[in-house]
Amino acid sequence: MALLKITSPHMSSAGKTGDVMLTVVLATLPGLALLTWFFGWGNLINIAWASLVAVSCEALVISIRQRSVMFYLTDYSALLTGVLIGLSLPSLAPWWLTLIATSFAIIFAKHLYGGMGQNPFNPAMVGYALVLIAFPVEMTSWLAPKSLPGNDQIPSFLQTLTAIFPFVGGEAVDAFTMATPLDTFKHKGEQLAAQLWASEPVLSPSSWLAWQSISAGYLLGGAYLLYKKVFTWHTPVALLVAMTIISGIFWLIDPDSYGSPLLHLLGGATMLGAFFIATDPVSSATSVKGRLYYGAAIGILVYIIRTWGNYPDAIAFAVLLMNFAAPFIDYYTQPRTYGHQISHQKTRSGQ
Amino acid sequence: MNRKLWDFHGGIHPPENKAQSTREPIVRPPLPSRLVLPLQQHIGQSSQCLVKAGQKVLKGQLIAAPDGYVSLAMHAPTSGTVIDITSAPVPHPSGLTDRCIIIEPDGLDKWVPHSGISDYTRAEPERLLQIIRESGIAGLGGAGFPTSVKLNPSEEVTIRTLIINAVECEPYITADDMLMREHASEVIQGIMIIAHILKPESIQIGIEDNKSEAIESLKNAIATHDREQSIELVVIPTKYPSGGEKQLIQVLTGCEVPNGGIPADIGIVCQNVGTAAAVYRAIIKGEPLIYRVTTFTGEALGQPRNLEVLIGTPVNELLEFCDLNDSELNRLIMGGPMMGFSLLSDSVPVIKTTNCILASTEAEIPLPPPEQACIRCGMCETVCPASLLPQQLYWHAKSKDYDKAINHNLLDCIECGACTYVCPSNIPLVQYYRHAKGEIRMLEHEHTRSDHSRQRFEMRIKRLEQEAAAREEKKKARQQAAAKASAARNKASNNQGAKAAVIQAALERTRAKKTRLATDSKSSVNRAEPEPETKTVTGSDNRENT
Ligand code: SF4
Ligand code: SF4
Repeated sequence: MALLKITSPHMSSAGKTGDVMLTVVLATLPGLALLTWFFGWGNLINIAWASLVAVSCEALVISIRQRSVMFYLTDYSALLTGVLIGLSLPSLAPWWLTLIATSFAIIFAKHLYGGMGQNPFNPAMVGYALVLIAFPVEMTSWLAPKSLPGNDQIPSFLQTLTAIFPFVGGEAVDAFTMATPLDTFKHKGEQLAAQLWASEPVLSPSSWLAWQSISAGYLLGGAYLLYKKVFTWHTPVALLVAMTIISGIFWLIDPDSYGSPLLHLLGGATMLGAFFIATDPVSSATSVKGRLYYGAAIGILVYIIRTWGNYPDAIAFAVLLMNFAAPFIDYYTQPRTYGHQISHQKTRSGQ
Repeated sequence: MNRKLWDFHGGIHPPENKAQSTREPIVRPPLPSRLVLPLQQHIGQSSQCLVKAGQKVLKGQLIAAPDGYVSLAMHAPTSGTVIDITSAPVPHPSGLTDRCIIIEPDGLDKWVPHSGISDYTRAEPERLLQIIRESGIAGLGGAGFPTSVKLNPSEEVTIRTLIINAVECEPYITADDMLMREHASEVIQGIMIIAHILKPESIQIGIEDNKSEAIESLKNAIATHDREQSIELVVIPTKYPSGGEKQLIQVLTGCEVPNGGIPADIGIVCQNVGTAAAVYRAIIKGEPLIYRVTTFTGEALGQPRNLEVLIGTPVNELLEFCDLNDSELNRLIMGGPMMGFSLLSDSVPVIKTTNCILASTEAEIPLPPPEQACIRCGMCETVCPASLLPQQLYWHAKSKDYDKAINHNLLDCIECGACTYVCPSNIPLVQYYRHAKGEIRMLEHEHTRSDHSRQRFEMRIKRLEQEAAAREEKKKARQQAAAKASAARNKASNNQGAKAAVIQAALERTRAKKTRLATDSKSSVNRAEPEPETKTVTGSDNRENT
């Protein structure tokens, strides 16, 4: 009888990193389904393409680093990066845009820093920010949602495929593109907010329905992840609350020039960011208290950049900035260890 | 039971697996073919062997005496012959061998004459403490700290609360549970004896709400024996590791044991229920600690159950008695699955601290999957009962950045294993911490050692300088043909200098020893006493200093 020598603990719970990542991928489905419903096949194709690129890059780098490819691929972190990039890019983003964003994310943002668990910045957001800065035009043209009356131009699957991969050779489309709600709001100039809501098609109830449904989809997926205890509530809730408060304050002061909290919460990538991006464990603050600060700071930064910065949406930049600050947050938010600095210890015990 | 309870940070709910071993009552196995009694079964100095090979002993006869204050007496668990005093494998995480007294039972089980105290309430606490000390009782909950020491806190503290640990939070273990079900009155009377010694203002038994039968028996026993109803039975929610001493104190009182301190510092003494029963037998019946209840469980056993085991019985004979399926046995664990250690040999004996032997099959406790990268998910932090940042500790321990690890309070880790249990990347975090703690102790040891040699070196240089100076003086004196008297005075003053240096060195040594002792006790875990591993270090320290 050969007895095993293993140190305690001898038991472990069933959760596995690969399962965690797959659960997150699964939780994007409601948002993705609604995205596809309103904007056509684009994101689905992008996601497939981005995932393929991500997993291939991962496999390539791992084999160059001479590690076991299957062992590392099955933590599914590369797949998740691909999915998140595919979700964030505009639905008709050309293939090379996705390729650049994704390969940069995996090779530079992830593996150059030492691979899984070592990267200080969220790889998907590094890739996204890169193409946003380099190709602003491609990055801001969204299709008009299907729910918009008179929009019969949602391209077919083949048309979409052709738009993304022109060499496929299908019939090209001249799809009806328009700016996102946040973009529209940003460039409203002197117009009053109320006029904008009344006149801009993208802010019309039928178009707004699309944006807000997708946000609700992400919210649903996020709630599922909270329920599955994939992450704690601290980051997303702090992010959403901080954003609501800061946008609420400005909106109450001057509702004509500042967007409402609802616009900020549902009109852009806030929900996707709060539940799927800011919660990336590797690059965020790790302590529970730290995550409250981390989430809140992202919420506020997003609002600041959206309102006074150069970009209509800002999840990527805000997250990257806070990635940078995460080690400091961790340093200053260490929990009080049992038995240390006991402040109000009762003098009489056992009461 | 609407009493305020506090919560401790974190904790987990692993599958309990307790039902298997509670189906049958406690059984007494047949006399073993031999008994192996390690001279060190406890924290502190090894016991001093009093018998010789070939000597006949009676059941309950003293065979080893405590060697120093923090040490333990040991008694023959049955009558027979001492056949050897030799090195044998002992239950220790490192698979060590140590000196053991080997006894071959004669089958008569004949007691040495003994008698108890019928009315302990009229006995002096000092007398009771003396009996407890002579009975060789150590904490039966796991750490094995001599009970008489724990029940004799320093003059400066007042003990207000006596906490009895009946939590038994680790999966699989049911020894205390079964003891309470079947011997509740012994437990309660033992508690009352301890209370008579300590005179606390309140006595609380903490028990998890998954032990309803034990709770019933305790209630009845309290009603029978405790006329003033001074014992409070507190049912607490089931959560691992609420049976950790510090955690239980927090749950029951809301107080925390200060960093580096012991419960007595905040007026609390904790005792385990098994210890209370042993105290009862020692005082009332005059029986020393020679047996204990141990859980034998795991899927490799046909008949998992609790046994009333003579201390020193080899584990393999007991496994046999519980119908071991040899081919299925994969891992043999002493203690629970969360904090127990794996045994390398099944010939080691059950000792005073052995509460459970878990004989598991591979399907039951499979090998951990390979370790993946830490994704900093923070799961470990949310379950850590000491409110540490396990993932940070892991980084620092892994990169051997021990200063940072100490800054993040690595030494406060109680090695409960909750973090490893939840880690989705299967990182054996506790293993890293243990290694780091060991290294830190080593470095401290080396450090003081090098301090010593530096001191010696410096002293030598000083002495040489002084001698040279003296020679110089003499030469000068001769050269100048100075008076003999002045030369003599010089010599005398030099001698004085050397004497002062010796005294100085002695002072330095004591100071170094004190700080080391302080750090050693700081690194203690869970039980506010140095963990077993510190044993070797402390031992060599003492050697060096004496
Ligand atoms: S639980 Fe494991 S993977 Fe998660 S932060 Fe802790 S050590 Fe890292
Ligand atoms: S083993 Fe240490 S670090 Fe891990 S949960 Fe327990 S006390 Fe915390």
